[in-house]
Amino acid sequence: MTRLLTSQKFRRIAIQSTFVFLIAVFIISLVVTGQRNIAAQGIATGFGFLERTTGWPVNFSVIEISPRSTYALVLWAGLINTMLVGFLTLIFSTILGLILAFMRISSNTLMNFVGTAYVELFRNVPVILQVFFWYALLTHLPSPKQAYDLAGIGFLSNRGLMLAVPELSSTDWLTLLAALVAIMIGLFVTRGRGEARLKGLIAVGLIVVLFAVLLLTGRAPDTGLLSVPELKGLRFIGGMTLKPEFSALLIGLVLFGAAYIGEIIRGGLLSVDKGKLEAGVALGLSEFQTNRYVRIPLAFRAMLPSLSNQYVWLMKATTVGIAIGYPDYFAIVSTSINQAGQTMELIALLMGGFIVVNYSIGFLMNQINERIKLKGRS
Amino acid sequence: MTEVIGAPMRATGPVAWARRHFFATWYDAIFSVILGALIIWSFNALISWAFLDAIWTVENKDQCDHGAGACWAVIQDRGRLILFGLYPYEEQWRSTLACLIVIVTMVLSCLPSFWSIRRIPILWTVGFGLFILLMRGGFAGLPLVRSEQWGGLSLTLFIFCGVFILGMPLAVLLALGRRSSLPVIAKGTGLFIDLFRSLPLLTILFAAAVVVPLLVPEQIQGSKLSRVIIAFAVFFAAYQAEIIRAGMQSTSQGQEEAAVALGMPYWSLVMDILLPQAFRNTLPSTINQAVITFKETSIVTIIGFFEVMASGNAAIGSGEWGNQYVEVYVFLALIYFVFVFGLSRYGSWLETRMRLGHA
Repeated sequence: MTRLLTSQKFRRIAIQSTFVFLIAVFIISLVVTGQRNIAAQGIATGFGFLERTTGWPVNFSVIEISPRSTYALVLWAGLINTMLVGFLTLIFSTILGLILAFMRISSNTLMNFVGTAYVELFRNVPVILQVFFWYALLTHLPSPKQAYDLAGIGFLSNRGLMLAVPELSSTDWLTLLAALVAIMIGLFVTRGRGEARLKGLIAVGLIVVLFAVLLLTGRAPDTGLLSVPELKGLRFIGGMTLKPEFSALLIGLVLFGAAYIGEIIRGGLLSVDKGKLEAGVALGLSEFQTNRYVRIPLAFRAMLPSLSNQYVWLMKATTVGIAIGYPDYFAIVSTSINQAGQTMELIALLMGGFIVVNYSIGFLMNQINERIKLKGRS
Repeated sequence: MTEVIGAPMRATGPVAWARRHFFATWYDAIFSVILGALIIWSFNALISWAFLDAIWTVENKDQCDHGAGACWAVIQDRGRLILFGLYPYEEQWRSTLACLIVIVTMVLSCLPSFWSIRRIPILWTVGFGLFILLMRGGFAGLPLVRSEQWGGLSLTLFIFCGVFILGMPLAVLLALGRRSSLPVIAKGTGLFIDLFRSLPLLTILFAAAVVVPLLVPEQIQGSKLSRVIIAFAVFFAAYQAEIIRAGMQSTSQGQEEAAVALGMPYWSLVMDILLPQAFRNTLPSTINQAVITFKETSIVTIIGFFEVMASGNAAIGSGEWGNQYVEVYVFLALIYFVFVFGLSRYGSWLETRMRLGHA
């Protein structure tokens, strides 16, 4: 018996079984209490509610939804809203971050100062406070009647930014898509330099002209090329509207994210061995070429892990949109919980959605990392 | 006949200095001029808005809407609401004192002489205990103030400290679990950590506020505030555990083997060998995590707590001061900035210190 107790193997098995047992007891007790409480409240369980219509409106959506849409569709719209704001944030904050990073490593004292001041200011204030601030600023703009006129192509008022957009039918979109594909093929086939390249460019030019003619002649009569917003009564008709909720969230997240991404990129750029840059200069590369062909590729490799962490973080931060009424996935789920009462199912969908989105980002970044990492070394 | 050329001389003097820093190339010159003008203009605008044209006191709130500068009267009128929330007016000195005690505790724990596995817990038990006693009252003639009435800066600090105090030991346990040689425990804690790290904090807090009451018997649910703090602490621990684990991995394997060979018990190995080094090696990352946590306390606004962000919104939400939102948000930003900037400066001071080999 004592031999059994002091045996390493036995102790390991015993500890691990106890661990599994305790966790199982914990989960089972949660499920049992949960079932009892849900039964007491008379809530139906299961995912059947996804087929029901919601009955409440959503103030912003990329895909077409109405109060008559099903829960499944509205939740999907919420997920798309989250991804829209998330991916736009990633793109813009990376661009701004790159600019900030180059400002901070510049030898120009003023550039350095502006970059540093920006990073310290935007990084040290909570993102939700910044989003609240931009939202207050945008909703305190003048009413549509006194809207700022942006050179005729847009108007800025407390209802949002109204922009003129090209008026395109679905066939026009198809034409554009076909043109894009044709151009890509044209450029791809005539890769290389010299005469082939020139011929390729001419061919691409011809394609562009052809499709432009197609677009202009194939239009229904009496429709302008641009849909320009017009003031009718108290609101604008036509064009495209960027709602203040969307703009405030995007601005807040981009400005905040750029401060962090800028620091990550700066760290990456500084990690590049000085000798390699000097080697580039010694080989006769210009400053731009040294940056483009030596510094950025090397820095990119060094900063990719922290960058992907930051991307996931920013994607998660889109949930603060609920504070100003942007209907992201979390906001839609939380309204659904209030309306439909299917708390457990909806929370599961909520967490599932975020795990899928975040793991996809992680997966994508890992793929990039695999492709660019140094070959032949572990 | 080859000509011998010496190394180029580095020009000195104010002209050369200006050339090097502002006019190194033609595009540097353009940027310098544009940025210089922009900096002077915005500095000027800021100073006149915040000080020169600012209104400090008003008899009538309409005066604020006509001035060109900031109207700091809103802070005078609503400052107490922002800082103390709904805490009873006569008792607000307690809230102030409690905040000061916690701030002193934070500052003390930043001093290297307090860095020991025994001193830090004692310091925090005393500091945080005093904080709760003062805020709650109900003894020695101090009226009882329930936690539902706490608000403003003291609630922000309470959440932050609560998360840190509960989260840190949990983080150590999770880190040890993930490094365990027992595969089931290592995989289990790993899964737990990854799950929490891939979810937004807001959804976790929301689940704690809304879902936990459904799953847990009423007797052990606790208040909404305590549930949210515990959930926040678990989230914090999931991140901090990875930091501590990295710190443990950076201590050499040989030390651990030596301790085992000497017959040291596991807890002594952890407390005397692994943890002290792990904490020291990862202090800058830990400070960084504290900075992030402090900023993220503002998220509990959405769950319906009256911490400093929410009380700031309440100060402009009533309509009377609705147009002074810039002043209020600037005031809030300053509060956060003081804490966060202070902490991150401290973090970079530590980093320099460690690079020099002191810590």
